[in-house]
Amino acid sequence: MIRRIPGLDTKAATDLAVLHPFDPNGSTAPDGLLVSRWMAKLPLWTPLALAALIFAWPMAALAQNFTYGDAFDTLLRWMPFLIKSGFLFNVLISFFAMLIGTLLGTALGLGQISLNPVVRWFAWAVTQTFRNSPWLVLLFIVLLAFPFEIVIGTVIIPVPDWMKAVVGLSLPVMANISEIVRGAVISVPTAQWEASESLAFSRTQTLWRIILPQCFKRMIPPWMNWYAILTMATPLCSLLGVEELLTLTRQAMEGADNHPELLVPFYSFALLIFFLYCYPIARLTIRLERRFMVKL
Amino acid sequence: MAESNWTPDQPMVSAKDVHKSFGSLEVLKGVSMDVMKGECVCVIGPSGSGKSTFIRCINGLNDIQSGSITVEGQEVNDPKLDKLSLRKKVGMVFQQYNLFPHKNAIENIMMAPVLVLKEDKDEVEARARELIRKVRLEGKEEAYPGELSGGQQQRVAIARSLAMRPDVMLFDEVTAALDPETVKEVLTTIRDLAEEGMTCILVTHEMGFAREVANQIYFTDRGVIVEHGPPATFFKEAKDPRTKEFLSQIL
Repeated sequence: MIRRIPGLDTKAATDLAVLHPFDPNGSTAPDGLLVSRWMAKLPLWTPLALAALIFAWPMAALAQNFTYGDAFDTLLRWMPFLIKSGFLFNVLISFFAMLIGTLLGTALGLGQISLNPVVRWFAWAVTQTFRNSPWLVLLFIVLLAFPFEIVIGTVIIPVPDWMKAVVGLSLPVMANISEIVRGAVISVPTAQWEASESLAFSRTQTLWRIILPQCFKRMIPPWMNWYAILTMATPLCSLLGVEELLTLTRQAMEGADNHPELLVPFYSFALLIFFLYCYPIARLTIRLERRFMVKL
Repeated sequence: MAESNWTPDQPMVSAKDVHKSFGSLEVLKGVSMDVMKGECVCVIGPSGSGKSTFIRCINGLNDIQSGSITVEGQEVNDPKLDKLSLRKKVGMVFQQYNLFPHKNAIENIMMAPVLVLKEDKDEVEARARELIRKVRLEGKEEAYPGELSGGQQQRVAIARSLAMRPDVMLFDEVTAALDPETVKEVLTTIRDLAEEGMTCILVTHEMGFAREVANQIYFTDRGVIVEHGPPATFFKEAKDPRTKEFLSQIL
Protein backbone atom coordinates (compact mmCIF):
# COMPACT_ATOMS: atom_id res chain seq x y z
CA MET A 1 0.00 0.00 0.00
CA ILE A 2 1.18 3.48 -0.79
CA ARG A 3 1.61 5.66 2.24
CA ARG A 4 -0.47 8.80 2.12
CA ILE A 5 1.36 11.92 3.21
CA PRO A 6 -0.93 14.71 4.44
CA GLY A 7 -0.33 17.88 2.47
CA LEU A 8 1.26 15.95 -0.38
CA ASP A 9 -1.29 13.52 -1.71
CA THR A 10 -4.11 14.02 0.76
CA LYS A 11 -5.65 17.16 2.18
CA ALA A 12 -3.40 18.88 4.67
CA ALA A 13 -4.49 19.08 8.27
CA THR A 14 -3.93 22.84 8.32
CA ASP A 15 -4.25 25.49 5.65
CA LEU A 16 -0.71 26.60 6.36
CA ALA A 17 0.85 23.76 4.35
CA VAL A 18 3.98 24.88 2.58
CA LEU A 19 3.54 22.33 -0.17
CA HIS A 20 0.18 22.45 -1.89
CA PRO A 21 -1.45 19.09 -2.49
CA PHE A 22 -1.72 18.04 -6.10
CA ASP A 23 -5.08 19.16 -7.37
CA PRO A 24 -5.80 18.77 -11.08
CA ASN A 25 -8.10 21.80 -10.94
CA GLY A 26 -6.06 23.89 -8.53
CA SER A 27 -2.79 25.77 -8.62
CA THR A 28 -0.97 22.76 -9.99
CA ALA A 29 -3.44 22.38 -12.87
CA PRO A 30 -2.33 22.69 -16.48
CA ASP A 31 -1.97 26.32 -17.46
CA GLY A 32 -5.20 27.78 -18.78
CA LEU A 33 -3.45 30.71 -20.42
CA LEU A 34 -1.09 28.57 -22.47
CA VAL A 35 -1.91 30.18 -25.82
CA SER A 36 -1.52 33.73 -24.56
CA ARG A 37 1.56 32.91 -22.52
CA TRP A 38 3.33 31.34 -25.46
CA MET A 39 2.38 34.17 -27.77
CA ALA A 40 3.20 36.92 -25.30
CA LYS A 41 6.69 35.50 -24.83
CA LEU A 42 7.56 36.30 -28.43
CA PRO A 43 9.65 39.46 -28.63
CA LEU A 44 8.08 42.69 -29.83
CA TRP A 45 9.87 42.55 -33.20
CA THR A 46 8.29 39.17 -34.09
CA PRO A 47 5.39 40.63 -36.10
CA LEU A 48 7.84 42.74 -38.10
CA ALA A 49 10.15 39.82 -38.70
CA LEU A 50 7.26 37.65 -39.80
CA ALA A 51 5.98 40.30 -42.16
CA ALA A 52 9.43 40.80 -43.59
CA LEU A 53 9.84 37.07 -44.07
CA ILE A 54 6.53 36.70 -45.85
CA PHE A 55 7.16 39.62 -48.17
CA ALA A 56 10.80 38.84 -48.73
CA TRP A 57 10.14 35.27 -49.70
CA PRO A 58 8.49 35.94 -53.10
CA MET A 59 11.24 38.49 -53.74
CA ALA A 60 13.89 35.83 -53.25
CA ALA A 61 12.04 33.57 -55.62
CA LEU A 62 11.82 36.39 -58.13
CA ALA A 63 15.12 35.49 -59.76
CA GLN A 64 14.04 31.98 -60.70
CA ASN A 65 10.41 32.34 -61.43
CA PHE A 66 8.83 35.53 -62.60
CA THR A 67 5.32 34.66 -61.49
CA TYR A 68 6.24 35.04 -57.80
CA GLY A 69 6.66 38.70 -58.41
CA ASP A 70 3.25 38.72 -60.01
CA ALA A 71 1.88 36.87 -57.00
CA PHE A 72 3.21 39.56 -54.72
CA ASP A 73 1.68 42.29 -56.89
CA THR A 74 -1.63 40.46 -56.88
CA LEU A 75 -1.56 40.20 -53.09
CA LEU A 76 -0.82 43.93 -52.74
CA ARG A 77 -3.81 44.69 -54.97
CA TRP A 78 -6.14 42.47 -52.98
CA MET A 79 -4.88 43.46 -49.56
CA PRO A 80 -7.27 46.35 -48.78
CA PHE A 81 -10.23 44.24 -49.84
CA LEU A 82 -9.10 41.23 -47.79
CA ILE A 83 -8.70 43.38 -44.69
CA LYS A 84 -11.82 45.51 -45.05
CA SER A 85 -14.30 42.92 -46.28
CA GLY A 86 -12.63 39.82 -44.87
CA PHE A 87 -10.77 40.28 -41.65
CA LEU A 88 -13.08 42.94 -40.24
CA PHE A 89 -15.86 40.43 -40.61
CA ASN A 90 -13.85 37.90 -38.61
CA VAL A 91 -13.47 40.53 -35.91
CA LEU A 92 -17.21 41.22 -36.03
CA ILE A 93 -18.02 37.52 -35.67
CA SER A 94 -15.59 37.20 -32.79
CA PHE A 95 -17.16 40.23 -31.04
CA PHE A 96 -20.68 38.89 -31.20
CA ALA A 97 -19.69 35.31 -30.38
CA MET A 98 -17.74 36.61 -27.38
CA LEU A 99 -20.66 38.76 -26.26
CA ILE A 100 -23.17 35.92 -26.40
CA GLY A 101 -20.68 33.43 -24.96
CA THR A 102 -19.86 35.75 -22.07
CA LEU A 103 -23.48 36.43 -21.14
CA LEU A 104 -24.58 32.81 -21.35
CA GLY A 105 -21.33 31.53 -19.86
CA THR A 106 -21.63 33.79 -16.82
CA ALA A 107 -25.17 32.56 -16.18
CA LEU A 108 -24.02 28.98 -16.64
CA GLY A 109 -21.00 29.45 -14.37
CA LEU A 110 -23.21 30.85 -11.61
CA GLY A 111 -25.55 27.91 -12.22
CA GLN A 112 -22.63 25.59 -11.54
CA ILE A 113 -22.28 26.95 -8.00
CA SER A 114 -26.02 27.04 -7.32
CA LEU A 115 -27.30 25.46 -4.12
CA ASN A 116 -30.04 23.77 -6.14
CA PRO A 117 -28.63 20.38 -7.19
CA VAL A 118 -30.78 20.22 -10.34
CA VAL A 119 -29.58 23.62 -11.56
CA ARG A 120 -26.03 22.74 -10.62
CA TRP A 121 -26.11 19.44 -12.45
CA PHE A 122 -27.74 20.93 -15.53
CA ALA A 123 -25.21 23.77 -15.73
CA TRP A 124 -22.36 21.32 -15.23
CA ALA A 125 -23.64 18.97 -17.95
CA VAL A 126 -24.13 21.80 -20.48
CA THR A 127 -20.70 23.20 -19.67
CA GLN A 128 -18.91 19.88 -20.06
CA THR A 129 -20.78 18.99 -23.24
CA PHE A 130 -19.86 22.16 -25.10
CA ARG A 131 -16.41 22.46 -23.59
CA ASN A 132 -15.41 19.02 -24.81
CA SER A 133 -16.98 19.01 -28.27
CA PRO A 134 -15.18 19.74 -31.55
CA TRP A 135 -15.92 23.30 -32.58
CA LEU A 136 -16.47 22.45 -36.23
CA VAL A 137 -19.07 19.82 -35.38
CA LEU A 138 -20.92 22.34 -33.22
CA LEU A 139 -20.81 24.83 -36.09
CA PHE A 140 -22.32 22.36 -38.52
CA ILE A 141 -25.04 21.34 -36.07
CA VAL A 142 -26.04 24.96 -35.58
CA LEU A 143 -25.90 25.59 -39.31
CA LEU A 144 -28.20 22.67 -40.08
CA ALA A 145 -30.43 22.89 -37.04
CA PHE A 146 -31.16 26.60 -37.28
CA PRO A 147 -33.82 27.75 -39.76
CA PHE A 148 -32.64 30.07 -42.51
CA GLU A 149 -35.48 32.42 -41.64
CA ILE A 150 -37.67 33.03 -38.63
CA VAL A 151 -41.35 33.69 -39.33
CA ILE A 152 -43.24 35.68 -36.72
CA GLY A 153 -46.79 36.19 -38.02
CA THR A 154 -46.29 37.83 -41.38
CA VAL A 155 -42.81 39.14 -40.63
CA ILE A 156 -40.00 37.07 -42.05
CA ILE A 157 -36.63 37.59 -40.44
CA PRO A 158 -33.85 35.99 -42.46
CA VAL A 159 -31.06 34.37 -40.47
CA PRO A 160 -27.88 34.75 -42.50
CA ASP A 161 -25.15 32.14 -42.23
CA TRP A 162 -22.80 34.45 -40.35
CA MET A 163 -25.34 34.78 -37.53
CA LYS A 164 -25.50 31.02 -37.28
CA ALA A 165 -21.72 30.97 -37.22
CA VAL A 166 -21.79 33.46 -34.34
CA VAL A 167 -24.15 31.20 -32.39
CA GLY A 168 -22.11 28.11 -33.20
CA LEU A 169 -18.84 29.70 -32.08
CA SER A 170 -20.42 31.19 -28.95
CA LEU A 171 -21.30 27.72 -27.61
CA PRO A 172 -17.77 26.49 -26.82
CA VAL A 173 -16.85 29.99 -25.64
CA MET A 174 -19.87 29.95 -23.33
CA ALA A 175 -18.79 26.63 -21.82
CA ASN A 176 -15.26 27.86 -21.20
CA ILE A 177 -16.42 31.17 -19.71
CA SER A 178 -18.68 29.10 -17.44
CA GLU A 179 -15.60 27.30 -16.14
CA ILE A 180 -13.75 30.58 -15.68
CA VAL A 181 -16.59 32.00 -13.58
CA ARG A 182 -16.91 28.83 -11.52
CA GLY A 183 -13.16 28.63 -10.99
CA ALA A 184 -12.93 32.29 -10.00
CA VAL A 185 -15.75 32.02 -7.47
CA ILE A 186 -14.32 28.93 -5.80
CA SER A 187 -10.89 30.57 -5.74
CA VAL A 188 -12.18 33.02 -3.13
CA PRO A 189 -11.46 31.54 0.32
CA THR A 190 -14.53 30.01 2.00
CA ALA A 191 -13.76 32.20 4.99
CA GLN A 192 -15.13 35.13 2.98
CA TRP A 193 -18.44 33.29 2.59
CA GLU A 194 -18.50 32.55 6.30
CA ALA A 195 -17.68 36.11 7.34
CA SER A 196 -20.39 37.39 5.06
CA GLU A 197 -22.93 34.81 6.22
CA SER A 198 -22.23 35.58 9.85
CA LEU A 199 -23.09 39.23 9.09
CA ALA A 200 -26.52 38.01 7.92
CA PHE A 201 -25.90 38.61 4.22
CA SER A 202 -28.11 36.43 2.04
CA ARG A 203 -26.43 34.09 -0.42
CA THR A 204 -27.25 36.35 -3.35
CA GLN A 205 -25.88 39.39 -1.54
CA THR A 206 -22.76 37.47 -0.59
CA LEU A 207 -22.18 36.41 -4.18
CA TRP A 208 -22.74 39.80 -5.81
CA ARG A 209 -21.41 42.13 -3.10
CA ILE A 210 -18.54 40.14 -1.60
CA ILE A 211 -17.41 37.26 -3.78
CA LEU A 212 -17.75 38.43 -7.39
CA PRO A 213 -16.16 41.87 -6.86
CA GLN A 214 -13.12 40.07 -5.45
CA CYS A 215 -12.69 37.63 -8.30
CA PHE A 216 -13.81 39.84 -11.20
CA LYS A 217 -10.28 40.97 -12.01
CA ARG A 218 -9.02 37.42 -11.82
CA MET A 219 -11.42 36.47 -14.60
CA ILE A 220 -10.18 39.05 -17.10
CA PRO A 221 -6.92 37.39 -18.27
CA PRO A 222 -8.47 33.95 -18.97
CA TRP A 223 -11.41 35.70 -20.59
CA MET A 224 -9.09 37.56 -22.95
CA ASN A 225 -7.18 34.36 -23.60
CA TRP A 226 -10.41 32.80 -24.81
CA TYR A 227 -11.13 35.80 -26.96
CA ALA A 228 -7.82 35.28 -28.77
CA ILE A 229 -8.56 31.57 -29.21
CA LEU A 230 -12.03 32.39 -30.52
CA THR A 231 -10.68 34.93 -33.00
CA MET A 232 -8.22 32.41 -34.35
CA ALA A 233 -11.10 29.93 -34.73
CA THR A 234 -13.27 32.28 -36.82
CA PRO A 235 -11.83 31.02 -40.17
CA LEU A 236 -13.78 27.82 -39.43
CA CYS A 237 -16.80 29.81 -40.59
CA SER A 238 -15.45 29.75 -44.13
CA LEU A 239 -16.56 26.11 -44.24
CA LEU A 240 -20.11 27.35 -43.72
CA GLY A 241 -19.77 29.71 -46.67
CA VAL A 242 -19.49 32.82 -44.53
CA GLU A 243 -17.59 35.50 -46.45
CA GLU A 244 -14.77 36.07 -44.02
CA LEU A 245 -11.04 36.40 -44.56
CA LEU A 246 -10.31 32.82 -45.56
CA THR A 247 -13.24 32.57 -47.96
CA LEU A 248 -12.30 35.85 -49.62
CA THR A 249 -8.66 34.82 -49.79
CA ARG A 250 -9.67 31.74 -51.70
CA GLN A 251 -11.95 33.76 -53.95
CA ALA A 252 -9.22 36.31 -54.60
CA MET A 253 -6.85 33.57 -55.66
CA GLU A 254 -9.45 32.17 -57.98
CA GLY A 255 -9.94 35.66 -59.38
CA ALA A 256 -6.21 35.70 -60.16
CA ASP A 257 -6.44 32.46 -62.15
CA ASN A 258 -5.46 30.17 -59.29
CA HIS A 259 -1.72 30.28 -59.90
CA PRO A 260 -0.09 27.84 -57.47
CA GLU A 261 2.45 30.59 -56.76
CA LEU A 262 -0.32 32.56 -55.04
CA LEU A 263 -0.89 30.00 -52.28
CA VAL A 264 1.98 30.83 -49.97
CA PRO A 265 1.81 34.63 -50.09
CA PHE A 266 -1.97 34.75 -49.70
CA TYR A 267 -2.30 32.27 -46.86
CA SER A 268 0.77 33.65 -45.14
CA PHE A 269 -0.85 37.04 -45.29
CA ALA A 270 -3.98 35.64 -43.61
CA LEU A 271 -1.82 34.13 -40.88
CA LEU A 272 0.02 37.39 -40.44
CA ILE A 273 -3.18 39.40 -39.95
CA PHE A 274 -4.44 37.01 -37.28
CA PHE A 275 -1.10 37.11 -35.57
CA LEU A 276 -0.94 40.91 -35.67
CA TYR A 277 -4.39 41.06 -34.09
CA CYS A 278 -3.89 38.42 -31.40
CA TYR A 279 -0.31 39.22 -30.43
CA PRO A 280 -1.09 42.50 -28.60
CA ILE A 281 -4.06 40.84 -26.91
CA ALA A 282 -1.82 38.04 -25.67
CA ARG A 283 0.76 40.49 -24.34
CA LEU A 284 -1.91 42.50 -22.56
CA THR A 285 -3.42 39.31 -21.13
CA ILE A 286 -0.17 38.21 -19.58
CA ARG A 287 0.55 41.70 -18.29
CA LEU A 288 -2.86 41.90 -16.62
CA GLU A 289 -2.42 38.41 -15.23
CA ARG A 290 0.85 39.44 -13.58
CA ARG A 291 -0.69 42.61 -12.18
CA PHE A 292 -3.76 40.91 -10.72
CA MET A 293 -1.77 37.99 -9.37
CA VAL A 294 -0.02 40.18 -6.81
CA LYS A 295 -3.29 41.39 -5.33
CA LEU A 296 -4.35 37.97 -4.16
CA MET B 1 -42.19 31.03 17.63
CA ALA B 2 -40.40 30.25 20.85
CA GLU B 3 -38.34 33.41 20.86
CA SER B 4 -41.24 35.54 22.04
CA ASN B 5 -41.24 33.61 25.31
CA TRP B 6 -37.67 34.49 26.09
CA THR B 7 -37.04 36.79 29.02
CA PRO B 8 -33.67 38.24 30.03
CA ASP B 9 -33.55 36.19 33.21
CA GLN B 10 -33.29 33.04 31.10
CA PRO B 11 -29.99 32.01 29.51
CA MET B 12 -29.30 34.06 26.39
CA VAL B 13 -27.41 31.21 24.80
CA SER B 14 -28.27 27.74 25.93
CA ALA B 15 -26.75 24.53 24.59
CA LYS B 16 -28.04 21.15 25.67
CA ASP B 17 -26.33 17.87 24.84
CA VAL B 18 -25.00 19.06 21.50
CA HIS B 19 -23.62 16.39 19.19
CA LYS B 20 -21.77 17.26 16.01
CA SER B 21 -19.93 15.01 13.57
CA PHE B 22 -17.94 15.63 10.46
CA GLY B 23 -18.58 12.41 8.58
CA SER B 24 -17.60 9.60 10.91
CA LEU B 25 -15.57 11.89 13.15
CA GLU B 26 -17.59 12.95 16.17
CA VAL B 27 -16.32 16.35 17.24
CA LEU B 28 -18.86 17.28 19.91
CA LYS B 29 -20.12 14.51 22.18
CA GLY B 30 -22.78 16.13 24.27
CA VAL B 31 -21.83 19.69 25.07
CA SER B 32 -24.07 21.75 27.37
CA MET B 33 -23.62 25.37 28.35
CA ASP B 34 -25.75 28.26 29.58
CA VAL B 35 -24.71 31.85 29.06
CA MET B 36 -26.68 34.59 30.76
CA LYS B 37 -27.11 38.08 29.37
CA GLY B 38 -24.05 40.21 30.04
CA GLU B 39 -21.83 37.27 30.86
CA CYS B 40 -18.40 36.72 29.37
CA VAL B 41 -17.57 33.07 28.90
CA CYS B 42 -14.20 31.67 27.86
CA VAL B 43 -13.88 28.24 26.33
CA ILE B 44 -10.40 26.78 26.63
CA GLY B 45 -8.91 23.43 25.80
CA PRO B 46 -6.35 21.65 23.64
CA SER B 47 -6.43 21.91 19.84
CA GLY B 48 -8.97 19.65 18.23
CA SER B 49 -11.15 19.49 21.31
CA GLY B 50 -14.10 20.94 19.40
CA LYS B 51 -14.24 24.40 20.95
CA SER B 52 -14.18 26.31 17.64
CA THR B 53 -16.72 23.95 16.14
CA PHE B 54 -18.97 24.56 19.11
CA ILE B 55 -19.12 28.33 18.78
CA ARG B 56 -19.54 28.04 15.00
CA CYS B 57 -22.63 25.96 15.75
CA ILE B 58 -24.08 28.81 17.81
CA ASN B 59 -24.61 31.02 14.76
CA GLY B 60 -25.42 28.16 12.44
CA LEU B 61 -22.19 28.13 10.41
CA ASN B 62 -22.01 24.43 11.30
CA ASP B 63 -25.16 22.42 11.79
CA ILE B 64 -25.53 19.94 14.66
CA GLN B 65 -26.70 16.35 14.56
CA SER B 66 -28.60 16.25 17.82
CA GLY B 67 -29.22 18.25 20.95
CA SER B 68 -30.33 21.83 21.03
CA ILE B 69 -28.84 25.29 20.93
CA THR B 70 -31.06 28.27 21.59
CA VAL B 71 -30.23 31.95 21.26
CA GLU B 72 -32.76 34.11 23.08
CA GLY B 73 -35.10 31.15 22.99
CA GLN B 74 -34.75 30.67 19.22
CA GLU B 75 -33.77 27.12 18.32
CA VAL B 76 -30.69 27.08 16.06
CA ASN B 77 -31.14 23.44 15.11
CA ASP B 78 -34.62 24.06 13.71
CA PRO B 79 -34.76 23.32 9.96
CA LYS B 80 -37.27 26.16 9.60
CA LEU B 81 -34.88 28.55 11.33
CA ASP B 82 -34.47 31.90 9.66
CA LYS B 83 -30.67 31.97 9.70
CA LEU B 84 -30.61 35.65 8.83
CA SER B 85 -32.65 36.62 11.89
CA LEU B 86 -30.35 34.49 14.06
CA ARG B 87 -27.23 36.08 12.62
CA LYS B 88 -28.55 39.58 13.19
CA LYS B 89 -28.48 38.74 16.89
CA VAL B 90 -25.14 36.93 16.94
CA GLY B 91 -21.92 38.64 15.90
CA MET B 92 -18.84 36.61 15.10
CA VAL B 93 -15.15 37.42 14.86
CA PHE B 94 -12.74 34.96 13.25
CA GLN B 95 -9.14 33.96 13.82
CA GLN B 96 -8.15 35.12 10.33
CA TYR B 97 -10.12 38.43 10.56
CA ASN B 98 -11.83 37.74 7.20
CA LEU B 99 -12.32 41.38 6.31
CA PHE B 100 -13.57 42.02 2.80
CA PRO B 101 -10.34 42.93 0.98
CA HIS B 102 -12.04 45.01 -1.72
CA LYS B 103 -13.58 47.43 0.77
CA ASN B 104 -11.85 49.87 3.10
CA ALA B 105 -12.27 49.81 6.87
CA ILE B 106 -15.32 52.05 7.10
CA GLU B 107 -17.04 50.31 4.17
CA ASN B 108 -16.38 46.94 5.78
CA ILE B 109 -18.19 48.18 8.86
CA MET B 110 -21.04 49.84 6.97
CA MET B 111 -21.87 47.12 4.45
CA ALA B 112 -24.00 44.81 6.56
CA PRO B 113 -26.16 47.45 8.30
CA VAL B 114 -26.84 49.21 5.00
CA LEU B 115 -27.44 46.13 2.85
CA VAL B 116 -28.92 43.71 5.36
CA LEU B 117 -30.70 45.94 7.88
CA LYS B 118 -31.51 48.55 5.18
CA GLU B 119 -30.59 51.33 7.56
CA ASP B 120 -29.99 54.90 6.51
CA LYS B 121 -26.51 55.29 5.07
CA ASP B 122 -25.61 58.53 6.87
CA GLU B 123 -26.75 57.15 10.18
CA VAL B 124 -24.73 53.99 9.67
CA GLU B 125 -21.68 56.01 8.70
CA ALA B 126 -21.89 58.05 11.88
CA ARG B 127 -22.16 54.85 13.88
CA ALA B 128 -19.26 53.28 11.96
CA ARG B 129 -17.02 56.26 12.75
CA GLU B 130 -18.02 56.00 16.39
CA LEU B 131 -17.08 52.29 16.34
CA ILE B 132 -13.74 53.06 14.71
CA ARG B 133 -13.01 55.42 17.60
CA LYS B 134 -14.13 52.79 20.04
CA VAL B 135 -11.64 50.24 18.70
CA ARG B 136 -8.99 53.00 18.69
CA LEU B 137 -8.41 53.16 14.95
CA GLU B 138 -9.06 56.86 14.25
CA GLY B 139 -7.45 57.87 10.98
CA LYS B 140 -7.64 54.37 9.51
CA GLU B 141 -11.19 54.77 8.18
CA GLU B 142 -10.13 54.79 4.53
CA ALA B 143 -7.41 52.14 4.82
CA TYR B 144 -7.90 48.84 3.02
CA PRO B 145 -7.45 45.59 4.94
CA GLY B 146 -4.21 44.95 3.04
CA GLU B 147 -2.79 48.15 4.49
CA LEU B 148 -3.59 47.31 8.10
CA SER B 149 -1.66 45.16 10.56
CA GLY B 150 -3.21 41.96 11.88
CA GLY B 151 -4.24 43.58 15.14
CA GLN B 152 -5.78 46.55 13.33
CA GLN B 153 -7.65 44.26 10.94
CA GLN B 154 -8.99 42.26 13.86
CA ARG B 155 -10.27 45.42 15.56
CA VAL B 156 -12.00 46.47 12.33
CA ALA B 157 -13.55 42.99 12.26
CA ILE B 158 -14.83 43.50 15.79
CA ALA B 159 -16.26 46.89 14.85
CA ARG B 160 -17.84 45.34 11.77
CA SER B 161 -19.65 42.79 13.91
CA LEU B 162 -20.70 45.42 16.46
CA ALA B 163 -22.20 47.60 13.72
CA MET B 164 -25.00 45.03 13.44
CA ARG B 165 -25.79 45.70 17.14
CA PRO B 166 -25.72 42.01 18.07
CA ASP B 167 -26.88 40.70 21.44
CA VAL B 168 -24.11 38.11 21.64
CA MET B 169 -20.56 38.23 20.32
CA LEU B 170 -18.62 35.09 19.44
CA PHE B 171 -14.83 35.27 19.28
CA ASP B 172 -13.11 32.32 17.64
CA GLU B 173 -9.43 32.38 18.71
CA VAL B 174 -9.28 35.97 17.60
CA THR B 175 -5.74 36.54 18.84
CA ALA B 176 -4.23 33.25 17.73
CA ALA B 177 -2.83 34.66 14.48
CA LEU B 178 -1.43 37.86 16.01
CA ASP B 179 1.99 38.95 17.21
CA PRO B 180 2.33 38.97 20.99
CA GLU B 181 2.50 42.80 20.99
CA THR B 182 -0.73 43.24 19.04
CA VAL B 183 -2.64 40.64 21.05
CA LYS B 184 -3.00 43.17 23.85
CA GLU B 185 -4.71 45.84 21.76
CA VAL B 186 -7.36 43.36 20.60
CA LEU B 187 -7.90 41.94 24.08
CA THR B 188 -8.31 45.46 25.47
CA THR B 189 -11.08 46.06 22.95
CA ILE B 190 -12.84 42.85 23.96
CA ARG B 191 -12.46 43.62 27.64
CA ASP B 192 -14.05 47.04 27.13
CA LEU B 193 -16.96 45.32 25.42
CA ALA B 194 -17.40 42.78 28.19
CA GLU B 195 -17.28 45.54 30.78
CA GLU B 196 -20.04 47.40 28.94
CA GLY B 197 -22.21 44.34 29.42
CA MET B 198 -21.96 42.69 26.01
CA THR B 199 -22.59 38.96 26.18
CA CYS B 200 -19.38 37.37 24.92
CA ILE B 201 -18.33 33.82 24.20
CA LEU B 202 -14.62 33.45 23.50
CA VAL B 203 -12.57 30.53 22.38
CA THR B 204 -9.12 31.50 23.50
CA HIS B 205 -5.69 30.44 24.59
CA GLU B 206 -5.12 33.66 26.52
CA MET B 207 -5.28 32.34 30.08
CA GLY B 208 -4.40 35.69 31.61
CA PHE B 209 -7.27 37.31 29.80
CA ALA B 210 -9.66 34.50 30.73
CA ARG B 211 -8.73 34.78 34.37
CA GLU B 212 -9.15 38.55 34.37
CA VAL B 213 -12.32 39.04 32.31
CA ALA B 214 -14.35 35.83 32.15
CA ASN B 215 -17.31 35.13 34.41
CA GLN B 216 -17.18 31.44 33.58
CA ILE B 217 -14.46 29.25 32.13
CA TYR B 218 -15.26 26.02 30.32
CA PHE B 219 -12.56 23.46 29.68
CA THR B 220 -13.20 21.16 26.74
CA ASP B 221 -11.34 18.04 25.75
CA ARG B 222 -12.17 15.52 23.03
CA GLY B 223 -15.63 16.87 22.41
CA VAL B 224 -16.90 17.14 25.98
CA ILE B 225 -16.84 19.84 28.62
CA VAL B 226 -14.60 18.40 31.27
CA GLU B 227 -15.29 21.04 33.87
CA HIS B 228 -16.28 24.65 34.29
CA GLY B 229 -16.42 27.32 36.92
CA PRO B 230 -15.62 30.94 37.67
CA PRO B 231 -11.93 31.73 37.07
CA ALA B 232 -11.04 32.10 40.74
CA THR B 233 -11.94 28.51 41.54
CA PHE B 234 -11.22 27.06 38.09
CA PHE B 235 -7.55 27.97 38.04
CA LYS B 236 -6.88 27.18 41.70
CA GLU B 237 -8.96 24.11 42.31
CA ALA B 238 -9.23 22.21 39.07
CA LYS B 239 -10.53 18.76 39.90
CA ASP B 240 -10.25 16.74 36.75
CA PRO B 241 -6.80 15.33 35.93
CA ARG B 242 -7.15 16.39 32.29
CA THR B 243 -7.78 20.00 33.30
CA LYS B 244 -4.83 19.88 35.67
CA GLU B 245 -2.55 18.52 33.01
CA PHE B 246 -3.66 21.14 30.48
CA LEU B 247 -3.25 23.99 32.94
CA SER B 248 0.15 22.76 34.04
CA GLN B 249 1.33 22.81 30.45
CA ILE B 250 -0.06 26.19 29.55
CA LEU B 251 0.55 28.24 32.72
